[in-house]
Parts: sequence; C-alpha cells; structure tokens
Amino acid sequence: MIVIFLLIPLSIMTAAIFLAGFIWAVRSGQYEDTCTPSLRPLMDENTKKDEKAKE
Amino acid sequence: MMNAAAASQQQPPRPEGGTVETFKYDNRIVRAFAIATVIWGIVGMTAGLLAAVELFFPAANLNFQFITFGRLRPVHTNAVIFAFVGNGMFTGIYYSLQRLCKARMFSDKLSWLNFWGWNAIIVAAAVTLPLGLTTSKEYAELEWPIKIAIALIWVAFTVNLLGTIVKRREKHIYVAIWFYIATALTVAILHIVNGLEVPVSLWKGYSIYAGVQDALVQWWYGHNAVAFFLTTPYLGLMYYYLPKAANRPIFSYRLSIIHFWALIFIYIWAGPHHLLYTALPDWAQSLGMVFSIMLIAPSWGGMLNGLLTLRGAWDKVRQDPVLKFMVAAVTAYGMATLEGPALAIKTVNSLSHYTDWTIAHVHTGALGWNGLLTFSVLYWLIPRLYSTKLWSVRLANYHFWIALLGMMFYVIPMYVSGITEGMMWKQFTRDGFLQYPNFLETVQQILPFYRLRAIGGTLYIFGVWLMAYNLWKTARAGVFVPEEEVRAVSYRSQAGAHSEPAFTHRWLESKPILLTGLALVAVLIGGMIEIIPMIVVKENVPTISSVKPYSALELLGRDIYIREGCVGCHSQMIRPFRSETERYGEYSKAGEFVYDHPFLWGSKRTGPDLHRVGGKYPDAWHYNHLDDPRATSPGSIMPRYPWLFTQQLDTTSLTARIGALRRIGVPYPPGYESKALDELNKQAGKVVINLKVGQIKAAPDREIIAVIAYLQRLGTDIKLAPKPVAESATAPRAAN
Repeated sequence: MIVIFLLIPLSIMTAAIFLAGFIWAVRSGQYEDTCTPSLRPLMDENTKKDEKAKE
Repeated sequence: MMNAAAASQQQPPRPEGGTVETFKYDNRIVRAFAIATVIWGIVGMTAGLLAAVELFFPAANLNFQFITFGRLRPVHTNAVIFAFVGNGMFTGIYYSLQRLCKARMFSDKLSWLNFWGWNAIIVAAAVTLPLGLTTSKEYAELEWPIKIAIALIWVAFTVNLLGTIVKRREKHIYVAIWFYIATALTVAILHIVNGLEVPVSLWKGYSIYAGVQDALVQWWYGHNAVAFFLTTPYLGLMYYYLPKAANRPIFSYRLSIIHFWALIFIYIWAGPHHLLYTALPDWAQSLGMVFSIMLIAPSWGGMLNGLLTLRGAWDKVRQDPVLKFMVAAVTAYGMATLEGPALAIKTVNSLSHYTDWTIAHVHTGALGWNGLLTFSVLYWLIPRLYSTKLWSVRLANYHFWIALLGMMFYVIPMYVSGITEGMMWKQFTRDGFLQYPNFLETVQQILPFYRLRAIGGTLYIFGVWLMAYNLWKTARAGVFVPEEEVRAVSYRSQAGAHSEPAFTHRWLESKPILLTGLALVAVLIGGMIEIIPMIVVKENVPTISSVKPYSALELLGRDIYIREGCVGCHSQMIRPFRSETERYGEYSKAGEFVYDHPFLWGSKRTGPDLHRVGGKYPDAWHYNHLDDPRATSPGSIMPRYPWLFTQQLDTTSLTARIGALRRIGVPYPPGYESKALDELNKQAGKVVINLKVGQIKAAPDREIIAVIAYLQRLGTDIKLAPKPVAESATAPRAAN
C-alpha cells in the first residue's frame, strides 16, 4: 500500500498546481467581472453569418 | 475580406484604442478533427456492437481470434474514448480556443502533429489490440511504445494549448479554457504514472506495480480518465457551444467558476470507489466514497447551469436539433453524475459491482453525455466551417430521436440485467444455500437483455450514419473557409493596460510559464523514475509466506490470459461476502497478489470469478472447456479458443520475462533463467499426463497447456499455508 505515498503527493501536487492557477486567476482580476465574460463568446462572429444562422 | 469588414464592425469600442491586428483562425485543423471524429465514432461503435452480439451469440467471432470478445472489448473502449471522444474534444477545443483567445493556434506545426500523431496512435491501437498486444489495464491497454507516443503527442497538444493562451488577445480566460487546461495537465500526469512499465520486448511490458498497488494506481488513473478525458473537456465544450447555439450567455458565470474549481479539486480523490470491498484498505475505500458523494454538488451545479441557460429559450429547443442534442446530453451528464456517487456508496456497490449496472452507468455517460454533445457540436460547427446551413434539419431531428431511442434500448435493459444478476448472485435459500449455485443460471436469465442492448446499439449507430450523411451533404452544399480572417485588439496593446512595450512583456509572460511547465514535467519524470521502482520493490516483501512467484509455464499462461483479454469477463477478486465465499471460496487477500504484474482483478463478471478456480476442476475439464465452453457448460456464452490448441507456446522470451519481473521485485532465484525452460517442460509434461487421465491426447508445447497450468495455480497458494493466514492487518473487514 506504500504506493499511496506516491499517489497522495501526486494528487496534492496536481491540486496545488490548480490552487496556484486559482490564486493567479483571482489576483490578476480574472473574476472581478462575472457578467461580461459570459456575453463575449456570443459576439465574436461576423454579423452576416449570425443572420444566416438565425434564419 | 467580407469577414474582416464585418469583424471590424463587430469590435466593441475600446476605451483607450490600441492597435488592431489582423490574423486568421485555422479552420483546416478543426475540419480534420471533425472528420476523424465521425469516422472513428462509426468504427468504435461498430466494434462495440459486434462485441455486444458476441455476448449472446458467441460464434459471432467466427472462431477468428482477432475479434474474440476479450480482444474486441478494448478495441471498442479505446476507439470510442480516445478516438471518437478524443478527436471530438480536439475538434471542439481547436475551434473554440482560437475564438475565445482571439488568436490563431500557437503553432500550426504542433496542431498537425497533434492531429496526425493522435490518429496514428489510434491506428496503432486498432492493429495491436486485436493482435492481443495489451497490458490489460482498462483504458490503458496500449503497450509501452504506444504509451510513450501518447505522452509525446499529449505534450504537443498541451504546449499548443498553453501557447495559444499565452499569446491570447483577450485578457479574460473564459471558463471553457480552464476546463481545457485542467484536461491537458491532469491527463498527462495520470497517463505517465499509470503507464510505467518495465519492457520485456518491443510489444510486451510488465506494469511496475503489483497487485493491490497496481489496482490502486490503475483506478486512480481509470477514474480520472473518466473525469479528465470524458468530463472536463466536454464541460468546456458545453460552456462554449451551448451559449453559442442558444445565442444567450451562460445562466451564471459565477456558478461556472465554482463548478470548475470545485470539480477539479474533488475529482482526483474519488478513484478508490472502483475498489470497494476489495483487498484495498478500508480507509482508502471510505475516502473514495466520501469524495464521490461530494462530487454531486459541482456536477449538478454544472448541469443546472447548462439547462438554465435555456430558460426563456425552450421554444428554440423545439425547433433546433443542436439544442435538443445539448439538452439531452447535459441531462445525461446530470443523471450519470448522480448515479456515479450512488454507485460509490458501499452498500449499493456491493450489489452493483461486477454487474451490467456498471455498463449501464458508463453508457449513460458515453452515449448520452459524450455522444450527444459531440453530435450537437458537429451539427453546429460543420455548417459554420462551410458557411452554409445544415443540409437537413429534419434528418438531424430524426437522428436525435433515433439516438435517444437507441440509448434507452441500451441503458434500460442493462439496468434490469445488472440488478437481476446482482440479486441472483446474492440470493440464498431458506436453508442457507445459494439459490442459484450454477453461475450459468444467472447468465441465461439476462440473455434477453443482451439482445435488446444490441438493438439499442444498432439504432444508435444508424443515427450516426444519418449524421455523417447529413454533414457530408452540408459540406457539399457549402464552401469551406480554411482561413477565417478576423481583426482584434490585443489587451496588451491597449493603453492603460500595461506600460511596457508589448514585445518585452509578452516575452516575459510567455517564457517563464513555458519553462516552469517543462521543468516541472522533467522533474516529475526524473523523480518518478528514481523513486517508484524503489518503493515498489521494497513493498514486494510477501505478507503471506506461502505465496510464491509463478512458475515459468504459469507465467506464460498468465501472459496468454492477458493477451486474450480474459479479465474483461472474469474477475479475480472475491469480496468478503458470504454469497461470494459460498460460490467461489475464501475471499481474496492483498498478500496473494504481490507478484501480479499487472493485477487482474477485473471489473465485470460476465463469467464467474476465477481467483479460486485452481484445483476446482481437473485439467481435462479446462481443456474441453476452452475448446468448446458449451461442451462442458451448456448455455455458456464464452467464445471458443481453438487457436490455443494449435499455436505453439512461445518460450523464446521466457528469460527476458523472468529478468524483467525480477527487476521489479519478483524474487526469482538467481540463475532461474537457465533452468526455467527445463522446469517449464517438466510442468507441461505433468499437465499432459493429467490430460491423459481425462482421455485427452495433447502435445506439451501448445499454448493451452500453459493456460491450464496458470488456471490451476490461481488462488491455491494460501491453501499451502500451515495454518489459516493471519493477515488481519491488511484484510478488509468482512461484511455480510
């Protein structure tokens, strides 16, 4: 069962990488605005295509 | 041109201006992955259908060894997971990532390396698995050269992904991208750790872990493969394509952020739920169970976020097949992620494990969540790539209903069959005997459901053909836009954002991340190569003194057992329930598996458990059984293995095999290699004599002899122990 001493640090390390990512995201202001980011993907296409897609 | 003009109109006004850059999105790579998705989808599902048919009509393999169930099953699982969903994931990511980052992919070369490399790996899998070149570890069956290729291609993808994110023009990293990053990072770690093998030859290696340890690493991987290969990337796709298709923002962006972080922090701990009531220590089982139940919260948060995005737009769902597929996919995600934690509860698992219930569960996820979401993305994407409309909305609607019906015909019979099996295996008479002591009775009971399941699969595949036709017609009707020209302002160039010159800042921002990442990977690999063999070898001090390494003949027999994929239908792990000890014998102990590279506990009992089969039947019975299972066991659905009787046992690699195993801690005495062949011949001679007693004349150099030797050895070592084995420290608590 000693392999658990490999898996747990690995899992913690993975989690730590994610945690670093999370801290970076919060610090760099990624989550200051939680409204416009959700709108942005909808605006990246040219209008012609959107009209086509609608009809 | 037209696009560029339109795009410039589209640009939201920037407060401080900034340089407008013109660049192109790469649509070619997206199309390539999309085509591969459809083709591999059909291939993988057809392989699954054939496997399903073989389960009620064993002769369907036409006695052709390359497509027996045991070898076909990994072809099916690998093809649908890594080929169909893998290519589907890349399709979705390569399209959405460029648009979300407002940047072309980091490197076209890496993009194409990703595409050709990945698909070459799949072709290699499609060739090697039918040949029986397999590690037998579920969803990690591919042998070590292919595993290395997977790691390299995955790194290429990861660099391409991170590079694109670093050079993005949009400052905010949309939630979908976070899901993509988590996928890339975690899959790399899981794949490398679980894949560590000591090579014997080009196409054979032994897992460096043994027994319980191998099981734990495997399911740490296996569970997270579901989490980070089938779930997180597709959640990323959901967060991009569902709002796009509905043309409205995600219900709550805040919830999506919570969904992401909660999910990835909890997911990595849930793996042990695949090993409940096995020889895994109790506390590890409980840990897995608790984290599995916690997963309901983020999963359902995500599902509701997806469904609520459609509030006020349900009229669109009625019209639009893309949205229909998405709603059904997200609902299936919700169902599977509620069922998963339920199955991870020990009480439920004691019934469901090893039964078709698991098969039903994974297919709710695979057919519902991954399949339907892939279809919706393709239906949405292909018309856009070809700047046209979908050729036939009606046909897509037919596809939807056919797929849904196919899924129902698959999943519901499997639930019924799973629960039937589970109950019958556990049923006692009033006198305390097993009600159905003959395993075949339970097999006969569920055959109708196996037939229904094949109907469901047929319907589902028929739907995919409809889609392929529809998409092909759509492509024919439109004009492919290989390079989509767009204009955007980089956040870096905007005044007020940063004072440094763009180039310097980019350089500063990109290189350290890349370097840190690469250094981390290097350190990780280096560290593991040093540490792991050491730990693993140390651990292999036998805890049960009578448990000995396999003899040369048994070892080769075991490797044939692995080659034929026997583990796909036969477990080797008797749980501490009275129903199991009555049926199979003494429950399995951790100490019995210390020389098992890899472990062969299995996860499904289409046939009975084999851990205590050693000595249960005479050699002749096994001989006849493997020649024609229905001769000894009327009504059996096991395939025949005629080739084991004609193929000569390959002893050329014997010394290499023994040497490799010794290197990872199996205590073969020094110089064993030199007398191994003699010993092998002696043992084979004994088997031949035993067979003669059963009126069978057999040649001693055939594969069947080795297989019989291995089967007769299984689970017998503890019977040689002087007294009942005192192993309470590692044995699981017996449950009723």
